[in-house]
Amino acid sequence: MTARQPARVVGKAAGRLATMGPGFGYLTVFLLVPLALVLSYTVFRRGRFGGVVYEPTGENFTRLADPLYLDVVIGSVRLAAITTLLALLLGYPTAYMIARLPARWKVVALVAVVLPFWTNFLIRTYAWIVLLNSEGPVNSGLKALGLGTVDLLYTDGAIVAGLLYAYLPLMILPLYSAVERLDPQLREASANLGARPARTFWSVTLPLSLPGVLTGCVFVFVPSLGNFVIPELLGGGRRIMVGNLIRDQFLKARDWPFGSVLALAVIAVLVLLLFAQAWAARRAGRGA
Amino acid sequence: MTLISIDGVSRRFGEVTALDSVGLDIRQGEFFALLGPSGCGKTTLLRILAGFEQPDAGSVRLDGADLLAIPAHRRPVNLMFQSYALFPHMSVEKNVAYGLERERLPRAEIRERVGAVLETVGLAAQARRRPHELSGGQRQRVALARAIVKRPRLLLLDEPLSALDKKVRSEMQLELKRLQHEVGITFVVVTHDQEEAMSLADRIAVMNGGRVEQVDAPVDLYERPRTPFVAGFIGANNLFTGRVTGKGLEVDGLGVLPAPAGSEEGGTAMLAVRPERIRLGPVTDGEGVLRGRVVDVSFYGGVSHLALSVPGHDRAVLAATQGRARVEAGAEVAVSWDAADAALVDGVSGDRRA
Repeated sequence: MTARQPARVVGKAAGRLATMGPGFGYLTVFLLVPLALVLSYTVFRRGRFGGVVYEPTGENFTRLADPLYLDVVIGSVRLAAITTLLALLLGYPTAYMIARLPARWKVVALVAVVLPFWTNFLIRTYAWIVLLNSEGPVNSGLKALGLGTVDLLYTDGAIVAGLLYAYLPLMILPLYSAVERLDPQLREASANLGARPARTFWSVTLPLSLPGVLTGCVFVFVPSLGNFVIPELLGGGRRIMVGNLIRDQFLKARDWPFGSVLALAVIAVLVLLLFAQAWAARRAGRGA
Repeated sequence: MTLISIDGVSRRFGEVTALDSVGLDIRQGEFFALLGPSGCGKTTLLRILAGFEQPDAGSVRLDGADLLAIPAHRRPVNLMFQSYALFPHMSVEKNVAYGLERERLPRAEIRERVGAVLETVGLAAQARRRPHELSGGQRQRVALARAIVKRPRLLLLDEPLSALDKKVRSEMQLELKRLQHEVGITFVVVTHDQEEAMSLADRIAVMNGGRVEQVDAPVDLYERPRTPFVAGFIGANNLFTGRVTGKGLEVDGLGVLPAPAGSEEGGTAMLAVRPERIRLGPVTDGEGVLRGRVVDVSFYGGVSHLALSVPGHDRAVLAATQGRARVEAGAEVAVSWDAADAALVDGVSGDRRA
């Protein structure tokens, strides 16, 4: 080693820092600092008008075990999981077909998938209220067919429908890129070795697109779990999801410490999920 | 006995004609090569045989039965892909077993046949590795094992040696021939590399522009090219275009050159003389056919290559001699050859000069 090398290494590191620095700085300040605050609030008593009193306590965590709150967390995970599963079942065939379209139509299809994002999220959610209410087009149609009206709005089904509508594109896009990346010759090799198209899908296409499946699932599950607008508008407040609970703790009940504990619970679920995803992606992607 | 009979097969992609009324017979048990430059249609023909592509017209029969009516996954035809197309998420033995599992064979038989074929290609020790843990040559062996373990009637090989470095290449070349002999499967190799085709195949179909130019054994292809394209494509050749006369081929600016008889007098033809058939001698009056000056001498050990400039001919005349050349650059030499050593190719049109 020559004496000049350490200087060069330092120079390289400085260059990297200068390139990544601004982005990392922004994330550090505006993600980590609030996160650290939330974490620290979990162990203190609530202030009377919000905020915290710096007296250590464990009771915020014991409250989480209260069935009242635990049910909300479990119920939220359940709705988010159902949404994710439906998004996968609907999104995979869509992504698969888009990946096999001619190049020109691919662009058209992908633009169509993200098109809903160009309209305000709230407006689109209100549109669902119009669609699903007892006088809405869906029920009018059912009535016209002589099937009577069904309570669609303010149900778990309405929440799932709204979440699915909001986040389906986040499932389709990573799936599309995973399927699109697959060497088409692998499908041909499978057929050449005697596999019917369905077998080729189960044995070759699906396992090799698993990293995309996992990414899509995380992209849908994470915002679904934390969402509080859709449960409120389409669930009509009858079903409280953990997102609503957290918001209410901070803004209505003014119990910041318990709100922080709930937020921490959500973060814990997501971190577990991310670890599972990373592990599965490493397994599936090994050698791909 | 004919195994595959291809008749009048045509395929167009938009404006491009990939195959133009191709007819070929491939015999049971032979090592056949489809040889041609890129874009000649050889890959399209291979894909039609594998069932990934359907021709617009024509028929393909295997043992007399219509092959085109059978979907790709049910054809007794296996393909070794140029990229190998190994399944990256499966071990070597899983890759090889994949085709047998699709036939719903008993597990014991699958295990036995996979083990045997891995033994044959020398990869028994790597059975549990993933493809990315193997070298290029080993991956190719897996691809080959995966294809032959199915015991197909026809094995297609797409540019089998192109991705290998030189040393592994010649090893694999010998191995392919040995294997073909051992398993008795009909092999069809697709390649743009004439050495690959010449060294491997019993018979070669030279393709150009979607058509089959000539089907022959390597030696016949080399010694008796029947089209100007084949004369120019296979090996090095000295080509002269002229009119057929009673004494030989009359070429503008060069006079009458020695040529074998047999072509119609007065017609346009191409004369092909191999470099190793060219004789060089001292310049004395009346000797030789052409006069030339040596411009370059390259020594390759066993042979030497000479490039000669001949007034009246726009390309260098190439000559090859055993051992070291006896002339040096700058020397004036007389160039000659025996009429019987040259090949006369008919069917030269003005725009198809090679």
